[in-house]
Amino acid sequence: MAAINLSIRDAARAASPAALQRSGSQAALRIITGLAALVSFAIIFLMLFFLIAYAYPAIRFNGLAFFSSPIWNIGNQYGSGVTTRNGFSGPPGASFGALVFIYGSVVTALGTMVIAVPLSMMVALGLVYRVPRRIRPLANALVELMAGVPSVVYGLWGLVVLVPWIGGVLAPWVTKHLGAIPFFGGSAGSGNGFAAAVFILALMVIPIMVATTRDVILAQSASLFEASMALGSTSWQAMTWVVVPSVRKGIVASVLLAFGRALGETMAVLMVCGAAINTFPQNFFSPVNTIAAVIVSQLESALTDATGMAQRSLAELACVLFIITLLVNVIARSIMRGADRREGTKA
Amino acid sequence: MAALTGGLAPKSYVSRAWWALSIACLVAVIGILFAIFAFVLARGVPALKPQLFFTPTHGIAGGLSNAIEGTLMLVLIGLVMVIVVGLGTAVWTVEFAPPWGKKVIRFMVDVLAGIPSIVVGYFLYVALVEEAGWGFSLIAGSLALAIFMLPYVVRAADVALTNVPSALKEGAVALGARPAMVVASINFPFALPGILTGVLVATGIGLGETAPLIYTAGWSNYAPTLAPTHSPVDYLTYVVWTYISQPFEESHQLAYAAAALLMIFVFLTNLLARSFVEYKFGGNRQQ
Repeated sequence: MAAINLSIRDAARAASPAALQRSGSQAALRIITGLAALVSFAIIFLMLFFLIAYAYPAIRFNGLAFFSSPIWNIGNQYGSGVTTRNGFSGPPGASFGALVFIYGSVVTALGTMVIAVPLSMMVALGLVYRVPRRIRPLANALVELMAGVPSVVYGLWGLVVLVPWIGGVLAPWVTKHLGAIPFFGGSAGSGNGFAAAVFILALMVIPIMVATTRDVILAQSASLFEASMALGSTSWQAMTWVVVPSVRKGIVASVLLAFGRALGETMAVLMVCGAAINTFPQNFFSPVNTIAAVIVSQLESALTDATGMAQRSLAELACVLFIITLLVNVIARSIMRGADRREGTKA
Repeated sequence: MAALTGGLAPKSYVSRAWWALSIACLVAVIGILFAIFAFVLARGVPALKPQLFFTPTHGIAGGLSNAIEGTLMLVLIGLVMVIVVGLGTAVWTVEFAPPWGKKVIRFMVDVLAGIPSIVVGYFLYVALVEEAGWGFSLIAGSLALAIFMLPYVVRAADVALTNVPSALKEGAVALGARPAMVVASINFPFALPGILTGVLVATGIGLGETAPLIYTAGWSNYAPTLAPTHSPVDYLTYVVWTYISQPFEESHQLAYAAAALLMIFVFLTNLLARSFVEYKFGGNRQQ
């Protein structure tokens, strides 16, 4: 395709000397569009450098305690004087420890994947091989529509329907009857917490994962499946032992992308997570908090900090989330590119 | 084996059981998601009274006119930025970029799509609202949305422009068209359906975003002004998020109405986007 699809530049070179003489207007177009192309770089790097520069005083003030302390306390706002550490000042008694939020982000995203990955795989396989041809466009359209629903809508449902159900029915039952299993026992809580967050996040990432997995499987040529069937395997065996392994890189990439999405999702989690501060989840129903959610819920109180250190510490949190998701995304995209070349799929 | 026993081989039953499970998962997932949408629409549509469109919110109740106007303003201004930058990026990537340039741009755009919305929101809050001193503003809010919508437009335009037949472009150049003219009169018209699809999908994304707007667009109970800075802008997702946590029935009604309106907007943009593309569903994979 690339070989056939000549660019305007190539065409102009091949055309006539007259066309080459007009290269002035070509240069202008080239520079203008080139500048536009620089914007996405500029955004990413500006964001990274600006956030790190802004958070720098907090990085020095908090030190390694940021990653090891579970206590987030903006200190005494009414006392006099400031605490100075490493040359930077914060409110007296302040402790900006992000361990609870970092841990919360990782466990909720992992919990989400435990539910969403098997379900998405089953749904994608069914969608590709078992949904009748006539209703397939409808099923595909539904999946894509679901991926576009705003996260506050999921959050709304979570808050009004899911949380009361977990708090009133599921959690009391589970803690009573299955309490002997680790993380199932203990306080049933109000419904706001880990279980609600994970359930909502799973519903949000399933459509995305189904769509990408479906595309990866569809892009693989049908001959592998047919050859496997011809050798006497059942359609399920052909699918799970031949077709799926042949596109495993594309599938791993789609799972990682969904993981990045779950790490960064803000609103729906914020609405159902219970906003835990200074405490780790004790069981599946305990309140949790994630980096993304805490940035929203803590900014208002951070603004009361006259030294600005609380706000800079939130920027440090944003940096941590940014770097984690950047890594997850870069790894996922690299795997996907590799998969494009080696597996011959178009993910 | 199958021939000897006269029935299906045992492995066929296993295969059928797995497929049945797969279909059960499909039905369950679609069912649950459907239940969510049905719930929100069932509560929200009856709450959508005509006067909501003409009264602004005040305190815990009122209408949604300010939020609707604000949402549309933020998305439209964001779209203008995104279309200019996104189409420029796509034209450069397809027409001028060396092979490594194509790879780098596509990679960067993909990475941009994966950045959490709250990180973008907090960055713009610190940079524009605080440091630049613009306050909660239309510019900060639309920029936040633009950063979100950019990858969708670039990807769609990239694919659409790549698929423009080179014979058409060569013909135009051979007839003496300047590069800018080729882009304007050959590339864009041919790629228009694909680009429009991308723009509409991006619109749907922009309409539903909340996190990047909370600390950039701010919130007020008054109709948004066209002032680019120092004037907060209202938006629908904020109503859903905050009014559902109020203890009053009127506030809940408003939150449901805003949620239903958002879903209707998103469904409409999605349907419109779909009408521009011819989908291929891999029909030969049915066995």
